[in-house]
Amino acid sequence: MDFASILTTALAAGIGPVAAAYALAAIGLNIHFGYTGLLNFGQVGFMLVGGYGIAISVSILGWPMWVGVLLGIACAIVLALILGFPTLRLRSDYLAIATIAAGEILRLFYMSSYAEPVTGGVYGLQQFAGDFYDLNPFPPDRYELGPLSFGAPELWIMIVGWGLVALAAVLVYLLIHSPWGRIIRSIREDEEAARSLGKNVYWYKMQALVLGGVLGAFGGMVMVVNTQSASANSFDPVVTFFLYTLLVLGGAGRVFGPILGSVLFWFIVVGFDALLRSMIANGILPFLESGDIGAIRLSIVGLGLLLLMVYRPQGILGRREEMVLDAR
Amino acid sequence: MPDDVKTTSAFDGVVAEPGVAKPDPIMVADNVTRRFGGLHAVNVDHLEVQRGAITALIGPNGAGKTTFFNLLTGFDRAGSGKWTFDGDDMSHMPAYRVARHGMVRTFQLTKALARLTVLENMLLGATEQRGERMFNALIRPLWGGQEQANRVRAEELLDRFKLIHLKDAYAGTLSGGQRKLLEMARGLMVQPKMIMLDEPMAGVNPALVQSLLQHIIDLRDEGMTVCFVEHDMDMVMGISDWIVVLAEGEIIAEGRPSEIGANRAVIDAYLGKEHGTAPSEEAS
Ligand SMILES: Nc1ncnc2c1ncn2[C@@H]1O[C@H](COP(=O)(O)OP(=O)(O)OP(=O)(O)O)[C@@H](O)[C@H]1O
Ligand SMILES: [Mg+2]
Repeated sequence: MDFASILTTALAAGIGPVAAAYALAAIGLNIHFGYTGLLNFGQVGFMLVGGYGIAISVSILGWPMWVGVLLGIACAIVLALILGFPTLRLRSDYLAIATIAAGEILRLFYMSSYAEPVTGGVYGLQQFAGDFYDLNPFPPDRYELGPLSFGAPELWIMIVGWGLVALAAVLVYLLIHSPWGRIIRSIREDEEAARSLGKNVYWYKMQALVLGGVLGAFGGMVMVVNTQSASANSFDPVVTFFLYTLLVLGGAGRVFGPILGSVLFWFIVVGFDALLRSMIANGILPFLESGDIGAIRLSIVGLGLLLLMVYRPQGILGRREEMVLDAR
Repeated sequence: MPDDVKTTSAFDGVVAEPGVAKPDPIMVADNVTRRFGGLHAVNVDHLEVQRGAITALIGPNGAGKTTFFNLLTGFDRAGSGKWTFDGDDMSHMPAYRVARHGMVRTFQLTKALARLTVLENMLLGATEQRGERMFNALIRPLWGGQEQANRVRAEELLDRFKLIHLKDAYAGTLSGGQRKLLEMARGLMVQPKMIMLDEPMAGVNPALVQSLLQHIIDLRDEGMTVCFVEHDMDMVMGISDWIVVLAEGEIIAEGRPSEIGANRAVIDAYLGKEHGTAPSEEAS
């Protein structure tokens, strides 16, 4: 077995564009869940509308890609308003239910034959990110990064993806360490106390929902631009489950939690896949076939999340003492 | 206390009976009711709260004191009724706007923001913070100065409430009594016109109670209206200018501390109806 190659595969995934896309979406989810205490189980829906915002604008409407970015943002804002308006006055469970449903409805709708003229239906949309790759300043070549090697387009989307992650992290840092952030965190702790001090809790929850949703849309954009393909099936509910896992892994309610979480998550998951694949190829696991890997990956992530919740619920960057206080 | 004399004179000529008019009421409530199923938790015909005075709301457990506070401050919906505060109609106003109008309450079951520090809890109370707008929040120079001023005020209050040594501790690590203190101090950060305290001294060390009572009297002398619920009769008799007695949701008596102690309806309400005539009959 070639452990060096398994390790490089894992490393490449950890710093790759997919990890950046998930980090962005998880930063958004961190605003919802980590700071405001909103249970959004449909973050993937925001990613979907963001990704398709670009795909539809370019492929179907023939607009320039930057307009698609704006459309994606606008769709995320509208989705957040639609979800938040009826539910944010109610107990937190209602938002959870609404977001789960919305994520699935969006996926099924975008995939339906009814929507096919606009969304490409089950086939999705492809090759819409030309504008983006035209801007690539790197000449076509292989670029070495330690043991890793990337093509120019991949390097370009990685740099932009992680650049967006860095921007989002700075944004969250500034917001959270401000009076605005103090209100957001007080809502997570006890929204009645915030109300009793004159804070318009509903409005702040809405702002948080919109902001986190827009970051989710950016995650979806990086995801589809990376593969130049938008397909509704890649916006599976499992994506939200992964986002929660990596957020808890890194540390919810910490600025760098979702970023560290995403890097580690993809390093571990892809590394584990590669290890299994190579073990199967070498006949070490005769009872498995490479087709089983997807299912095993899911069970391993589930088991990992379970162990995390039991043994280190605060994640890597979280504070133990905060977790204790949380058990009210 | 000479201070008392000054304000109690505001009640000169006010007759000690339920629903009596006050010379300068800051709050006037009419026909406020709240039912839980068949239970009339609150059924207040008329109540006026005198501006710049300390009014105590007392009554046996389950009398409806907390529910009445919840209704007035927008934390519960009244079945019927109308009330004004400082001239503004407050019925059916959401809680956060009630607080912004200058009517701030504390909770009987404290609501410390556990994973915020004590100082952050305090700072949350400050009003009209420029940094509470999302876009301003990104630019520290816009709100840094104001934050600093609020911090100074918060630390003064924490000092007064003997919590200053805990200012960087998570509020969730405070004891029950400390949480009561924090909640009251946090409410004062709002600089309300009227503060409504639901059992502010429950569980607070007696030595500290004395200094806080003096603080409440000072607040009144600075012009704040104070309304509080309390079971500790020493405190009630010691600092209130006026006492309102609630039993089974209705106001059965009102008066100066000296008048309430001798009131037959009040004694009945506290000892139970079987000891005498029904309170409502007695009070009318
Ligand atoms: N949410 C509720 N649902 C049903 N009944 C309630 C509810 N809240 C209060 N009650 C009832 O209303 C009555 C008044 O309760 P409230 O809490 O106002 O009393 P209180 O005067 O504050 O008593 P205490 O001195 O014990 O705090 C009680 O009989 C209580 O059982
Ligand atoms: Mg009560």
